[in-house]
Amino acid sequence: MLAELDSLKATALAELGRLQDAKALEDWRIRYLGRKGTVTQALRGLSALPLEERRALGVAANALKALLEEGYAQRLQALRKAELSARLRREALDLTLPGRPPALGRLHPTTQMLRQICGVFASMGFQVVEGPEVEWDYYNFEALNIPADHPARDMWDTLWIDGADPQGQRARLLRTHTSPMQIRVMEQTRPPVRVVVPGKVYRYEATDATHESMFHQVEGLAVDEGITFADLKGTLYEFAKALFGVERKVRFRCDYFPFVEPGVEMAIDCFACAGKGCRLCSGTGWIEIMGAGMVHPEVLRRVSYDPERYTGFAFGLGLERIAMLKWGIDDIRLFYANDLRFLRQF
Amino acid sequence: MKLPLSWLKEYVDITLPLPELAHRLTMAGLEVAAVERRGGDWEHIVVGQVLAVAPHPNADRLKLATIDTGAERHTVVCGAPNLAPGQRVAFAGLGARLINPQTGQAETLKAATIRGVRSAGMACSERELGLSQEHTGILVLAPDAPVGAPLEQVLGDAILDIKVTPNRPDCLSVLGLAREVAALTGQAVREPDLSYPEEGPPMAGRAAVEIEDAALCPRYCASLVEGVIVGPSPAWMQERLAACGMRPISNVVDITNYVMLEYGQPLHAFDYDTLREHRIVVRRARPGERLQTLDGQLRELTPDMLLIGHGAGPVALAGVMGGAATEVSDETANILLESANFSNTSIRRTSVGLRLRSEASLRFDKGLPRELPPIALRRATQLLLQLAGGRAARGIIDAYPGREERRPILLTGRRLAQVLGVSVPREEVERTLESLGFSVAAQGEADLSVTAPYWRTDIALPDDLVEEVARITGYDAIPTTTLAAALPAVQPQPGLELKERLRDLMAGCGLQEIVTYTLVGRALMESARDGLGVSAAVRVANPMSPEQEFLRLTLRGGLLAALAANARHQEAMRLFEVGRVYLPQAGDLPQEREMLAGALAGPRHPPFWSREGGSLDFFDAKGLLEEALCRLGVEASFQPTEEPFFLPGRAARLQSSTVSLGVVGEVAPAVAERFDIPLRPVVCFELDLAALLPLAAAPRYQPLPRFPASTRDLALVVDETVPAQRVLDLIRGFSLVGRVALFDVYRGEPVPAGKKSLAFSLAYQAPDRTLTAAEVEGVHQRLVQKLETDLGAALR
Repeated sequence: MLAELDSLKATALAELGRLQDAKALEDWRIRYLGRKGTVTQALRGLSALPLEERRALGVAANALKALLEEGYAQRLQALRKAELSARLRREALDLTLPGRPPALGRLHPTTQMLRQICGVFASMGFQVVEGPEVEWDYYNFEALNIPADHPARDMWDTLWIDGADPQGQRARLLRTHTSPMQIRVMEQTRPPVRVVVPGKVYRYEATDATHESMFHQVEGLAVDEGITFADLKGTLYEFAKALFGVERKVRFRCDYFPFVEPGVEMAIDCFACAGKGCRLCSGTGWIEIMGAGMVHPEVLRRVSYDPERYTGFAFGLGLERIAMLKWGIDDIRLFYANDLRFLRQF
Repeated sequence: MKLPLSWLKEYVDITLPLPELAHRLTMAGLEVAAVERRGGDWEHIVVGQVLAVAPHPNADRLKLATIDTGAERHTVVCGAPNLAPGQRVAFAGLGARLINPQTGQAETLKAATIRGVRSAGMACSERELGLSQEHTGILVLAPDAPVGAPLEQVLGDAILDIKVTPNRPDCLSVLGLAREVAALTGQAVREPDLSYPEEGPPMAGRAAVEIEDAALCPRYCASLVEGVIVGPSPAWMQERLAACGMRPISNVVDITNYVMLEYGQPLHAFDYDTLREHRIVVRRARPGERLQTLDGQLRELTPDMLLIGHGAGPVALAGVMGGAATEVSDETANILLESANFSNTSIRRTSVGLRLRSEASLRFDKGLPRELPPIALRRATQLLLQLAGGRAARGIIDAYPGREERRPILLTGRRLAQVLGVSVPREEVERTLESLGFSVAAQGEADLSVTAPYWRTDIALPDDLVEEVARITGYDAIPTTTLAAALPAVQPQPGLELKERLRDLMAGCGLQEIVTYTLVGRALMESARDGLGVSAAVRVANPMSPEQEFLRLTLRGGLLAALAANARHQEAMRLFEVGRVYLPQAGDLPQEREMLAGALAGPRHPPFWSREGGSLDFFDAKGLLEEALCRLGVEASFQPTEEPFFLPGRAARLQSSTVSLGVVGEVAPAVAERFDIPLRPVVCFELDLAALLPLAAAPRYQPLPRFPASTRDLALVVDETVPAQRVLDLIRGFSLVGRVALFDVYRGEPVPAGKKSLAFSLAYQAPDRTLTAAEVEGVHQRLVQKLETDLGAALR
């Protein structure tokens, strides 16, 4: 009888080892461990045996049952694992298929650059304000020390607004720079003044790769007691470093704008050729970034600021020009052509 | 202003290498935009002396020239008719690069055998050297040109192209630039000698000048030279004029131009014998007067134009252009030279009005010094005697009704430091200003009384002197400091903040920002049919093109044009713009209203290997507007509206109580067609930021629900005429209803015709307890009853 159990054990384990799927395993379990299974039957048959024999065989039969149950559990787990991995293999993705593109929205490059520039000045205490694009001649020119027939008017080719107005002819125009806001801000507040003014400006100008009839400027103005040319240099130097990198060199040279004295043009050393001279900097090694200067005493007087007491500086930069330099854009007309292939690069 | 270095050297010694000189000028405000070098490519070209000229054995027109270059003697074949022994010429050896007169291209000179005679080298014409178009003979150099010296040393030059700012008319002259160079390099200026023999009759009685309007002509000087011979000016003068971009004409005209370039004072030469009564009258033009100017054009004059007349009529447009009738010709024997000062305003108006900007008017309209006319006049008279002969009348006419004294300006050490942020030693200030020709007198310890030299018309205030000191000592010398002044109080800018928030929201919703031109054309406005039309728009008086004539009234046209332009290479487009529209206001500046507008068209999902369908439509636009308004804390409803831009029945106005915030709708196909947009539908929306601003709020925190929600689905059948919004509003307003979502709209069997089924998913929730099943069931029943009684809804 013991020998029978041994042979049963050998057969069952051998079969178990060959099983390849869950169905066969279940059949095997029923065959050996089911209610009518061989092992179950054998255990049941023990009751008919004498006590001594029953005890010895009972131990062996129960051990066999436990062994087969254990084997069954292990086999079941192994089969499930194999099946799972087979299914995963079957269902694996072609990972090389392109990803589903998100509908990504972007800000226009001028908006991005405006935020960058205003952010730098905001960190130095300049507040952002805006002003009208259609202006009186007074704010755009006269109050800025550029009376009618002033030769410097040639520096700004102007688009005039049609129709006479109460003050006379042609006194309305599309602002040629953001500088009129210097006057408007000072008219409305007393020193200290520290503002930046971003906005669109207009020129009567034939367009080409570097000229547009509509573009953006950022104007800056700081007026108070004790503001000096040295502060102008320091502020604009900080700006240049923040925008173009700490390793940039900055050059301040004399230039002329009727509403500042002394007048300044700021340039940075050419990052394309490191100052050696190339096409980008027209061989000079320097790239003009903005015009600036100390606010002209006549301009301060115009807004009833005492020029003996208050001094200040102003600056104005062309946004697209800065963006072009920073991002290597070679044609200003791209900004307003609104080709999505261009806009999506930023 | 073109500045030949060789000419500059006549007045000031150049002690710096050229790049350094250009740098200093640039830093001081006179930007050297370019430097053109002449002779830089003249390798293997030296000064040679012609020793002998012999006939060519095999050709009548050719000669054999023996040329000495110091180290060697060369015999070369030469065809130039002006070749003669003793001449100093430009001799090109083998390997020199010369311009081929036939092709205009540079070629390398090689040895050649010409009619049996070997020739290694040649004597060059101006054209072959790239100096001019002259090729009728060889270039003959000055007799003292050193034999053997490289030609570049003798004829080489550099021409600086200097951008002169409008405040510095004195620097529109070689002498003015020489003064700058002198101050920047610590050199002295050599002014030309102005003396000449006055051998003619006294000026008085030979001519008279009468100034009718002294405000327009503060000074008028004239000299007379009789018996001149008009002919070409000498080569040196022609070369200088050409280098400065002026065309040589005749000795008399060239002299006036030369002196203008030298001193910055325009002059005019009249044929004395054509001036009736030999009388000059400076006056305003009379209505209807006409004048034929030197360029041959007949010009209509108006009374705001200043003219030069003689006894009978107009002869010249003062300061702008001379007249044809009194022009100097080959027969002219007697010259009346004019050197005057005119009001810059008048010259500017005249030249701008006639679109006639000359070298003279460009100088006059910047305002020239009143001291300058007699100085330039003497220089021109002197040159006239030297180069055209004749006898100068004794004395000059000098009518000077507008005499003005130059007032000294007080420059305090305090002001210098106040503006620059650094104190400059008084001696240094004095030295700097004096180097520029200012006269300086000490006033007390730290201050200076400064008088500007006559040629500086741009100095009026102490700060003008501050700039002079700063630019000559160099802006580099001024320290760099950080702003230490007080910060102004923060002024809130809610409008700006709203604009930036909306930009972020739109980009967050997947829209691409664009910026379009604010100036639009009639065609674009009419295509957009934005209801207002060009008659309501602000018009530009001098538009650059018909496409940029009006300030836009809406952003719609620009958006649709951008859609159309991109449709060629884009499938789906979601665009927005934040920008202004310009609404006219009588007698005032237009109202500039900040708007947000967007346009959507194309497939909702980008092309992809797995099909996910549908086109962007009204509800995409509405959804993103709802989302944006929700973020801004603005409640608004969508009310049906009609306007020609939109498809009827597919447009809604965004309404917040009584305020209209904007509009959204499907663009009428006719409009889309006019813009050539191939996609349908095209959806557009618009928000008025000014209307939105008072309603927009910062986000407010709502406590998160602490008790679980019970969800129920609810399918209702209602009449087609019942808007979904009414059902939603009713459900939302019911007690204990939390989240509601409409998840299905269905028409068709088994729903009866004229009805629709709306399926909602709703969540019941209480803030203070977990609802029991019985409570939820009770509320749900009451809700269903209310829907039945109020809206005639039936459960499906």
